[in-house]
Amino acid sequence: MPTHLLGLNTWLDGLVRVLLVVLLMTVTAMLLIWAERKLLGRFQARIGPQRTGPFGLLQSVADALKLIGKEDLRPRNADAWTFELGPYLVFVPIFLGFVVQPFMAGFHIRMLDLGILYFVAVSSVSIVGWVMAGWGSDNRYAMLGGLRSAAQSISYELPFVLSLLSVALLAGSLNIDDIVVGQAGVPNIVWQPLAFMIFFIAALAELNRAPFDIPVGESEVVGGPFVEYSGIRWSMFFLGEYAGLFITGVFVSAMFLGGYAWPFGLQLGIGFQLLLTALKASLLIFLVIWIRGSMPRLRIDQLMGYSWKVLLPLALAQVVVNGFVLVYGLPRIVLTIVGLAGVVFLVWVTERAVRRPRVPRPAAVALGSEAAS
Amino acid sequence: MVTESAHEFETRDLLLNVGPQHPSTHGVFRMVMQVDGEVVRDVIPYVGYLHRGAEKLCETMDYRQGIGFMDRTEYLASMNAELSYVMAVEAIADLQVPDRAQWIRMILVELNRISSHLMFMGAFGVDAGIIGTPMIYGWREREAIIDLFEEITGDRMMFAYFRPGGLAWDVPTNFAARVQEVIAAVKQGIKDLDGLLTYNEVFLARTQGIGVISAADAIDFGMSGPSIRASGVHLDIRRDEPYLKYSEIDWNVITATEGDVFARYNCRLQEMWESVRMVEQCLDRLEPGLIMPEKMPRMLRTPPGEVYVRTEAPRGEYGIYLVSKGGNRPYRLKVRSACLSNLQALKQMSVGQYVADAILVLGSIDIVLGEVDR
Repeated sequence: MPTHLLGLNTWLDGLVRVLLVVLLMTVTAMLLIWAERKLLGRFQARIGPQRTGPFGLLQSVADALKLIGKEDLRPRNADAWTFELGPYLVFVPIFLGFVVQPFMAGFHIRMLDLGILYFVAVSSVSIVGWVMAGWGSDNRYAMLGGLRSAAQSISYELPFVLSLLSVALLAGSLNIDDIVVGQAGVPNIVWQPLAFMIFFIAALAELNRAPFDIPVGESEVVGGPFVEYSGIRWSMFFLGEYAGLFITGVFVSAMFLGGYAWPFGLQLGIGFQLLLTALKASLLIFLVIWIRGSMPRLRIDQLMGYSWKVLLPLALAQVVVNGFVLVYGLPRIVLTIVGLAGVVFLVWVTERAVRRPRVPRPAAVALGSEAAS
Repeated sequence: MVTESAHEFETRDLLLNVGPQHPSTHGVFRMVMQVDGEVVRDVIPYVGYLHRGAEKLCETMDYRQGIGFMDRTEYLASMNAELSYVMAVEAIADLQVPDRAQWIRMILVELNRISSHLMFMGAFGVDAGIIGTPMIYGWREREAIIDLFEEITGDRMMFAYFRPGGLAWDVPTNFAARVQEVIAAVKQGIKDLDGLLTYNEVFLARTQGIGVISAADAIDFGMSGPSIRASGVHLDIRRDEPYLKYSEIDWNVITATEGDVFARYNCRLQEMWESVRMVEQCLDRLEPGLIMPEKMPRMLRTPPGEVYVRTEAPRGEYGIYLVSKGGNRPYRLKVRSACLSNLQALKQMSVGQYVADAILVLGSIDIVLGEVDR
C-alpha cells in the first residue's frame, strides 16, 4: 500500500491526490496545446505562438479565456440532453484514466490490481461521448464524424487490448505498478517490439490523432462531432484530447519503456522518477505531434482494414508466442527475435498494401497533336 | 433525391451539402453529395457564387482596362490569364510583339505556372489530411515568386503587367539575377514537397487508383491541362499551337496513363520541373531590346473581326473569344475557362468513391473559383 500523503486519513488523502492530479492535468493539457502549436510551427517553417507571454507560453491561457467568454450555442434542432452531455462523457473518462497512472513509485491516486483492465474499460467510455455529440448535434457532418469515431475506436480497441495483454502476460500481473517494477532491468520494448508498435498505432487511433484522425477530419467532415459546439463545451473536447494524449504518453512509457523504473532502478529519488516519466512521455508525445505534421489522413476502409486484417492477427500471434515462451520456459531472447521479425513483417505488409500496382488505363490517345508537332 | 421508404428498415441516402463554406472546396464552390454511408452515390455541383460578370464588364472598358479583369478571373495564375487576353487583342489588332517582350512574358508565365502548381501542392496536401505542412511549404516558395513579381510589376496578385503589344514597362536591371535566385529556391521547394508527399505511404494509399477517368471520357468532358494529360492524352497547347517562343526551346509534355488522382498530382509536380527548365533557357536567350512595338497608338483601336486565342494556363486551356466591331473596346468577350470544363468531370470521377476521396478528386482538378464563375 502506498503511504498516505501528509499523514491524512484515507479519504482526505485521496481528495488531495485527486485535486493535485486534476490541476496537474489541466496545466499539462494547456502546456501540450502550446507545445503542439510551437512544434507544428517549427515543422512547418513557422514560428508558432510568440506574442502571449514568454515564448507564447500563455497562448493556451488566452485561448481558454476567450473560449469561456464565448456564447455557448446549441442548435435549435439539437437533442438537448445528448448534445449537452456529450463533452462530459468525452473528457470525464479520460480524467478517470488518470487514477492508475504511475508517475513515480508510490504516487498514484489508487493502484488497482486490475489496473490495465480498469484503464481500458474507462477510456473506451469516451466513444459514447463522441457518438452522443455526433448524434445530438443534428448535423450531418457531426453524425458522419460520430459514426466514424465509433467504428474506429471499436476496431482499434482490440489490437490495443491484445498488445497490452501480451505485456501483462510477461509481467504476470494486471497491476500497472507491478509491470513497471518488473521492468527495472530491461524495458518491455526489448521483449515486445511488435506489441509496442501495434500498441502505439492503436493508441494513435484511440486518440483520433493523425493519420487516424478521420472522425475530426478537417478537410472532409469539418471537425466531425464538435462542428456545432462552441465556447466552453468545445474547449472540453480539446481538454479531453490533450489530456488523453498526455495519459497515453505516460501509459505507453509505463507499459513498454520502463516507466520510472528503467534505466536507473527503483532506488532513484522521487523527483528524478517523475522527471524520467515526464521525459519518456514527452518523447512519445513529440513523436505523435511529428506524425501529425507529416502524415495524411487514412480513408475509412483502409483504416478499418488495417486494424482487422493486419494489426489484430499480429497482436493475436504475439499473445500466442508469449504463451508458448512462458509455458515452455523458453529463453526470453526468443521473444525479441520473434518480435523483431514481426515488426519487419508488419512494415512489409504495410508497404505491400500501399504499393499495390495500379490498374493501367487504356492506351494513350493523341488529340491531333502528333501531326502538329 | 431522398426516396420515400417502402419498408420499415429500408435505408435512405443522406444528402450532404458540401460548401459553399467548407475548408476543402477551394473557394465558394458548392456540391451536394448523396452519400450511402461513406460512399458517394451522386454529386450535384453548384457554381456561380463568385460570378462577377468580368466578361460583360470588359465590354464597357477599353482594351487596356480589360487586363485587370482577366487578372481577377484566374487569380492564382494572373500572368497566364493576362497573356491570353493580350494575345487575343494583339491578334485582332495585328500587333507584332518584340522578341524581348516575348521572352520576358515566357519567363513570367512559366514562373506563375510554378507558383500556381505550388499552391495546388499545398492545398492538395491539406485535402489529403496533413495539417498545414504542405501548404506552408508551397507558400514559402510561392512567396519568393510573388516577391519577384512584386518587384517587377508592383503588385502581388493582380499584376496587370502585360499590354497589348508588349509589356507595361521593362523589367528591373537585376531581373536575371533575381530570377536565378527564385529558381534556386523553387528547386529546393519542389524537392521538399516531393519528399513530403510523393514518398509518403499514406499519401500513396490515399491517392492511387481513385477518381479514375479514362482518356475518352476526359476528351468528351472537354478537360484540358494536367488533368487531361494525366489520363494519357497528349494535349498541350504550348506544343500543339506554339505561341510566344515555346517552339524554340527544349521541353517535354508531361503525361501519365493512369488517370487517377495521383497521376494528376504527379503531372503537376513534373510540370514544375519542366517549367524550371524553360525559365532557365529563356533567361539565356533574353537580350536587350524593345518591349513594345515602336509605333504604338496612344489609344488602341481594332478593326472589326473576331478571334479565338488560347494558351496553356496552369489549369488547362484558357481561351479568349473576342469580337470587335471597331473602336477601342471589345464588342463581346468570352473566357473559355479550363476549370469549368474540368469540373464537369467531377461527378464521373467521384461517384462510387468514398466521401474522403471525393474531396481529393475535387482537389486534384485544382479549380480556381474565380475562373469557374468569372
